This record gives sequence, structure tokens and C-alpha cells, in this order.
Amino acid sequence: MSAVLQPTLRVIARRGRRPLPGFGLSLGLGLAWLSVVVLLPLAALAIRAAGLGVDGWLRAIQDPRVQASLKLSFGASLVAALAASLAGALVAWVVVRYRFPGRRLLDALVDLPFALPTAVAGIALTAIYSANGWVGRWLEPLGLKIAYTPIGIVIALIFIGLPFAVRTVQPVLEALGHEQEEAAASLGASRLTTLRRVVLPELLPALLTGFSLAFARALGEYGSVIFIAGNLPYRTEIAPLLITIRLEEYDYAGAVAIAALLLAASFVCLLAINAIPLLFAHERRGAKRDV
Amino acid sequence: MKTFLRNALFGLSVMLASSAAFAKDVQLLNVSYDPTREFYADVNQTFAAQWKQQTGETLTIRASHGGSGKQARAVIDGLEADVVTLALAADIDAIATNGKLLPADWQKRLPHNSAPYTSTIVFLVRKGNPKQIRDWGDLVKPGIGVITPNPKTSGGARWNYLAAWAWASQEYRDGAKVTDYLTRLFKNVPVLDTGARGATTTFVERGIGDVLLAWENEALLTLADPDTSAKFEIVVPSLSIKAEPPVAWVDKNVDRHGTRKQAEAYLRFLYTPEGQRLAAKHGYRPAEPDKVPAADLARFPEVKQVTIDAAFGGWKKAQAEHFADGGFFDKIYRPR
Repeated sequence: MSAVLQPTLRVIARRGRRPLPGFGLSLGLGLAWLSVVVLLPLAALAIRAAGLGVDGWLRAIQDPRVQASLKLSFGASLVAALAASLAGALVAWVVVRYRFPGRRLLDALVDLPFALPTAVAGIALTAIYSANGWVGRWLEPLGLKIAYTPIGIVIALIFIGLPFAVRTVQPVLEALGHEQEEAAASLGASRLTTLRRVVLPELLPALLTGFSLAFARALGEYGSVIFIAGNLPYRTEIAPLLITIRLEEYDYAGAVAIAALLLAASFVCLLAINAIPLLFAHERRGAKRDV
Repeated sequence: MKTFLRNALFGLSVMLASSAAFAKDVQLLNVSYDPTREFYADVNQTFAAQWKQQTGETLTIRASHGGSGKQARAVIDGLEADVVTLALAADIDAIATNGKLLPADWQKRLPHNSAPYTSTIVFLVRKGNPKQIRDWGDLVKPGIGVITPNPKTSGGARWNYLAAWAWASQEYRDGAKVTDYLTRLFKNVPVLDTGARGATTTFVERGIGDVLLAWENEALLTLADPDTSAKFEIVVPSLSIKAEPPVAWVDKNVDRHGTRKQAEAYLRFLYTPEGQRLAAKHGYRPAEPDKVPAADLARFPEVKQVTIDAAFGGWKKAQAEHFADGGFFDKIYRPR
């Protein structure tokens, strides 16, 4: 399909004309929207952060309470994004590869964390995992506390990160088809080898993208976490909560310092996401040349 | 395109003209904090009816509720409140200093420090008081779970904290012992919710902890429900703090809206017998109890209360010493 389309596109490009009209207008409108909605607020944040100076910024970041919350936020986000990636790949696999009653329902359910107000999710999760909740009441006697501990935070973050992991892997799995696996099997590869050498390399870029998206989202998540976190300073206080606490204290500079750090981390994540396909495209071209 | 523009402008001017024609309907926006929802719904209805009778003007009073500190920040950031009725003077002080929307001495403009009703901090415990919690000293015993919101984010939590501090300073009369008491108290706190309503949910719905530090009016409201009154009871400590949630009109905004007259009358109404009676009905202690029938006061037990001015030198000082970055609260919450 794409092989057929390629020459035509190349012809159009050579003629210097675009296949669709209105490029200038749509680009202009798109950029204008992006500026108002995304770039302007972020620029305001960056300018405020710059006003702090490196000294002020470092001082704000080095506060032990801020340090503790950053450690918790980055650590919990990392664990949650990893878990969401694994679980997400599994869910995507099940939804794409098998036909069973309720499959469409399961597919729709995956997006629920996107639609649900995160505070509602947080309250629901807390109700389930707290000492007398449906799940918590069985775990508490075993000495396993979930609500009001970092474990609870990780669970909330997995919940909100899962859709990213599923939705990035799903289209790749769909496009993959059975043919390659069948070919591998016919050449005598074991199931494990097929998975390791045929399926996983194709999925890896999508898995990494899903991971980074889930990580970036988890880093900034507020609503679902503050209910289950317990918000004890130095123990279960996440960085976004500390930002709002600084704002409650009318300490805009302190809030901006933490916010800028989180923003930079998320930005790095998104850059990484965009770099992933390039990296793999390069590798594959290299591999082809070797053959 | 030109016709389109002309039509659009015409439409806009029609809209503006018609809204000017309805200008007789005056609107007030009361920006308040969380647990006053029911109280102000009652006040607004009564006052609007009275105002209509006196002046013939139809007055619509809208109310906005949320955490007190959040509400103050919203007003500073441009929420056009005509009057603010918040949980503590420090929040209105913030509007005065950070937003310059009203004069710094706003608290002297109305009687009783601009607090038409007061409340105090009490304990809500499980029915029968199984852990025998009678006074502040019992809260630091090992194994007692104390539920209070985070003083950094909740106005109510600051009153809780200061009430504990006031009791400890009277009991121990020694700075180090007082700090030690508060450190131990917050060690017994398993969850720091961000607001008072969240803390109530944690204690009442989730069953976490043995005692909830609560505003008396919130506790009375909780017990008004027969289901919850079967499970909880109020314990009044030997000493508490007089919580004064103050009210003020926001000068910059009322002048812009032309609502100064209405806003002032609205707040003065809170001091009339009718306003005081409504406050008592919703669990607040009236600032002028002699205006209220004795039967309505029966629910408020006698309790020794310190005031923020006498015990802490006013909110400005208390805020800076206890809750600002690096203040006492941060000190008692260092990593252990």
C-alpha cells in the first residue's frame, strides 16, 4: 500500500505543489491555537522561573521537603510507568489477538481513566484500598498497607497511565498481523524465540513511547493521587501537591521553581518519545544494509 | 465579510443594551469557604427577601465555596467577589496585602473583629468513646489516630493546630515541651487531607483514626444526620480556641460593580437578630448571643476559649511564626 503511494507522493513533491490546499492558513491557525493554549502559559512559567535566577531556583529545589517529594514523585512515576507498560502491552495483546465476548467492552474500558475526573478515581481507589475498603480489609491484617503509603500512589499512577500504554501498542500490534509469526514458526522458531526476535523488536518503539507518555503524565498527576497519598510531609507528599502548598502560602516563586523542574522533566520525556522512531528507523536501515 | 462584521456588532450592542435594561437586578458574589454552604444559602434567601421589601430592588446573591486559602487566591487572581466570608483573617489579610483590593485595617470596620459568628475546635470521637479521649493530652498517647487536615492547605487545620498549641502552652509553660507535644501529636496523624471536608470523610466514611479535630459547627452538622449521630459523639476539651471566621466587602470590586451599598447591608444583616439566629441554627456561635432566644443557644456548651489576638498576637504574627516556610509547623515535621 505505502509502496504504491510513495512514487505518487514523490511526483507531487517534485512538482512543488501540495496535494491539499490551504497549507499556509491551516499552519497559521494551528500555530495560533497552540500558542494561546500551550505555549503562552508555558512561556509565562518559564519567564517566572527565569526571574528566580539559578541561585533562587537551586535554593528552592534543595529544601529537604521538596527533595523528598521530588524523589517520591520521580520514583513512583517510574515504577508506575513500568508497570503500566507491562500491563498495557498485555491488555493490548489480548484485545487485538483474541476474539471473545466482551472484547469491545474491554477495549472501551481502557479509555475510562481518560474520561473520569481524576479526583473521582482517587476517591474510589482510596475507598477500595483503605483499611476498611473492599481490598484493604483483606490486606491490612497481612501487614500490607496500601492507601496512605507510596504503594497507593503507585497504584493511582498505574491507573491513569494504563491507557497510554495500551493505545500506543495497540495499532502496532494490529498492523503486525500473523504473517511474520507464521513465517517464523514455519522456519522452526520456538514460540519464545518468535516472541523475542520477531514480535518484541516491532513493539519496542511503541512500548517506549507508551512508557514515556505514562511517565510524563504520572509526574504531573494531582487529583487521583492526593486522596490516596495521605499527604504526609517527607513520606507521601508528591511534588505537585507541594506546588499547590507553595501557592497557598502565596509563595509563587517557590511554586514556580518546582513546577519548572517537573515541566523540564516532562519535556525531556516528550523529546525522547519523538526521538525514539528516528533511532529505530536508523537501526533498521543499518540492519538492511548488512543483509 | 463586512456585512458579517456589521451584523455581529449589531448583535453585540443589542446584548449590551438589554443587559443594561436589566441593571435593576443587582448581583452580589459572596466568596466563602467550604462548610458555610447551607448557612449562606439560608442567609441569602432571607436577606434578598428583606432587601426587596425595603428597597424594591431584586438582589441575586451568588455564592462560591471552596477551601478558604484557595478562595482567597482566586479573589487575588481576579475572581470578582463583592464580599468575602472566609475561615480566618489571614486569608482576607492576604487579599489586602497581595491583591490591594481592600484596606489593611478592614477588620476594624465591623463589630467583633468583623466576625459576626464564631466557632471553636472540638473532638469528634466514635460512639461510647472507646479510647477514652477526654482532652488534648490524650491525643498524644501511643496508638491514638488523630485526623486533622494539613495546616499548610487548610484554614480549619490552622485553628486545630493553634488550639492544640494554646492548650499545651497553658499545660506545660515551657517552649521545648510545647514543641515536643505538637511533634508527638502530628506523629499520631495517619493522613493529612488537604481540606476539612476531606478529613471529615476520612474519619466518618473511611473509619480511619480515633478522633477528628473539627470545627464545632462541622461536628454539629455531621451529628444532625441520625445515621452518623448513632456512631459518633462530640467531646469538648478543657480549653479551645475561639475561631473567628471574618467577613469583609471587597472595596475595589464593589466600587467597580456599584454594589457597595448592598454589600455593606448584606454583611450588617449578619449582626441583626435574624442573622444571628440563622448562624445559631447552622451551628455557629452568635457573636451577640443576647439577640438570640436562649433555647437556640442550648446546643453550645460552655468552654474556655483563648483568642488568636490574646494568645498569638493576631493572625499576621501567628501565620509568620507557625505556618510560613520554615515556621514551627515545618520544624515539628522534620524527618525522623
